[in-house]
Amino acid sequence: MSESLLIRGGHLMDPAQGIDEARDLLLKDGRVVEVAAPGKIKGADTTVNATGLIVSPGFIDLHVHLREPGHTHKETIATGTAAAAAGGFTSVCAMPNTAPVNDSPAITRWMRDPDREAVVNVFPVAAATVGSAGERLTDFRALQEAGAVGVSDDGKPVLDDGLMAHALAAASKLDMVVIQHAEDTRLTQGGVMNEGATSFRLGLRGQPPESEWSLVERDVRLAYDEKARMHVAHISTAKALDYLKMGKKAGARVTCEVCPHHFMFTEEDCSDYDTRYKMNPPLRTAADREALLKGLEDGAVDAIATDHAPHAQYEKFVEFDKAAFGVTGLEIALGASITHLHRARKVPLMRIVHLLTAGPAAIVNLESRGTLKKGSCADVTLFDPKKKWTYDVRKSRSKARNAPYDGMEFYGRVIATIVGGKIVFDAR
Amino acid sequence: MNGKTRSLLAIEPLTAGQINELLSLARKMDPKRPRNTLHGRRIALLFYENSTRTRTSFEIAAKSLGATTTVIHATSSSIEKGESLKDTGLTLRSIVDAIVVRHPNSGAPNLLAKILDIPIINAGDGMHEHPSQGLLDAFTILEHKKTMKGLRIAIVGDILHSRVARSDAHLFSKLGARLTFSGPEVMLPDVASGLARNIHIERDMDKAIHGADVVMMLRVQQERLAGMQINLDEYIRRYQLTAARVKMAKKDAIIMHPGPMIRGMELTDEVADHPQSVVLEQVLNGVKVRMAILSSLLGGRR
Repeated sequence: MSESLLIRGGHLMDPAQGIDEARDLLLKDGRVVEVAAPGKIKGADTTVNATGLIVSPGFIDLHVHLREPGHTHKETIATGTAAAAAGGFTSVCAMPNTAPVNDSPAITRWMRDPDREAVVNVFPVAAATVGSAGERLTDFRALQEAGAVGVSDDGKPVLDDGLMAHALAAASKLDMVVIQHAEDTRLTQGGVMNEGATSFRLGLRGQPPESEWSLVERDVRLAYDEKARMHVAHISTAKALDYLKMGKKAGARVTCEVCPHHFMFTEEDCSDYDTRYKMNPPLRTAADREALLKGLEDGAVDAIATDHAPHAQYEKFVEFDKAAFGVTGLEIALGASITHLHRARKVPLMRIVHLLTAGPAAIVNLESRGTLKKGSCADVTLFDPKKKWTYDVRKSRSKARNAPYDGMEFYGRVIATIVGGKIVFDAR
Repeated sequence: MNGKTRSLLAIEPLTAGQINELLSLARKMDPKRPRNTLHGRRIALLFYENSTRTRTSFEIAAKSLGATTTVIHATSSSIEKGESLKDTGLTLRSIVDAIVVRHPNSGAPNLLAKILDIPIINAGDGMHEHPSQGLLDAFTILEHKKTMKGLRIAIVGDILHSRVARSDAHLFSKLGARLTFSGPEVMLPDVASGLARNIHIERDMDKAIHGADVVMMLRVQQERLAGMQINLDEYIRRYQLTAARVKMAKKDAIIMHPGPMIRGMELTDEVADHPQSVVLEQVLNGVKVRMAILSSLLGGRR
């Protein structure tokens, strides 16, 4: 028997249940045991006063790079999940581009081992092909049994049509999602930013937008044919989102995520060659950004994911061509969403909470998460949507410092993060 | 001219006033009449790419002002051993007063300028800019034409990969010229017209140079042609400057080339030695302009 935790006086937002009102919440044995009107629940070992705060299901990030095994100079599972907790994330899906690549049940289990000292739940996304080499499919069933919630060759897209169709068919049998990093690498050789007027002006090689949308178009078609579930990671172009919407309309089981940096910034931010703005997919045009914001607003987008990609300073503070792709994002995702979606565009908080909870949970089949209905996992995030704060990268819990948000002001601050009924982050 | 310390990273952020000031100063410079304005100053010429004309030009310019120079080649230094640009910059910072840098990556001088508090002079970065070349081209044009305002300037060839084209376009546009870019799409994407004001694209070279006051030819970089799958014969047919084409420009038009020029490629032998060609003047003017840049940035006469 573990201790019980009462969250009292808060405003519950649980889009999965359609609840948007004052509720108290009792957590015990890692589960939500009671949800009741304010003041109804008496007697708990610990009480958290959530007056003035939003009580949300713990956030779920579909896309993080924890860099372990193999790249621990950038991040570890311990440091990456500490940053996740500070950002209100109670579950993160760890991409397989580690060293070695997570293409085996052994590595999947190793990543989930308590010895990694993860602060939040880690759900590995395993490689879709052996070594992410794009030649031979991995054993999806064994990976799923070891704890993988999806398959992806993130960073190295599956280009071969036949192989992608096979992957979709195999995953479909297991009701598993195939997550695609949509980039036709035959079109992006040497490209370090979006191809267009800005890359021309800066004299940098570009990645044409069609390198993304052409692959999304293909994958939507394949997913439709295979009746399989396909999720587009970090979608960045208006046209790719259009293809996704067309697919959804036709009944394809396709979903997508958008990253905070793609709805915050544009290619113009690469001026002055600031490598903190270099990531893959790259920052696109203002029109693309507008389409993503609109998609987040109207439901075309299913989740907000960070693509948290930590790097050491010496890998980033170099010539733009040579700098590693990637930005961190776990600690600012909520602030960015509230600032740029809620405050700037009046997107309801319930919608934002959905994009951070029930939306992603459904994509990777985390049935007992992403909601706070009775019996679900006791993963809770408390945040203050009105609180103004400034991001200071020197105080980041991540090992990495490649954050263009340094010094930026945000509205919406995570106050406490609870995983399995235990407080793992407390800003108070 | 950019940032806290005075550096010359690009033409793009400069105002017409700043450009004119540098050009006026250049007119007072003469390498045959050395000055002592930079006596005791140490200038590093940090070259990550081979260069004859730009490096020599900066070196003579610096010495004509009394400065001491040291040349660092990427291939014969610790850079080859894997030292980062940041560390190379920090190392040089403790022994020199300014760095002239040539680098194959666009934006490399910007990185140095972010780290160091001494003037950084861009001597060509990747496909980005080559500001001293832009200034010397403007200087040369103004030796022949009264004003840049309203001048019709055609730039022909591989504009996509040319840092000279970008610096020239920014500069000529700021001084009021009307520019026409000409070249095949693989060397000249449509977005190029958005680089600065008063630029338009004309794929037909004959039309592009018709009535031009200045024809600037860019080097055909043969190593790039293979990647572009361009037919060389066709390129020459469509974009080589021939004597017949020179006649399409204004009678008093001048022919320019940033060098090194490849005879028989972007221009014929005849055109290379044409009386209207000012290519050799460009070289001498380069020293004057670079004297002005160094003098201005290193606290000499402004």
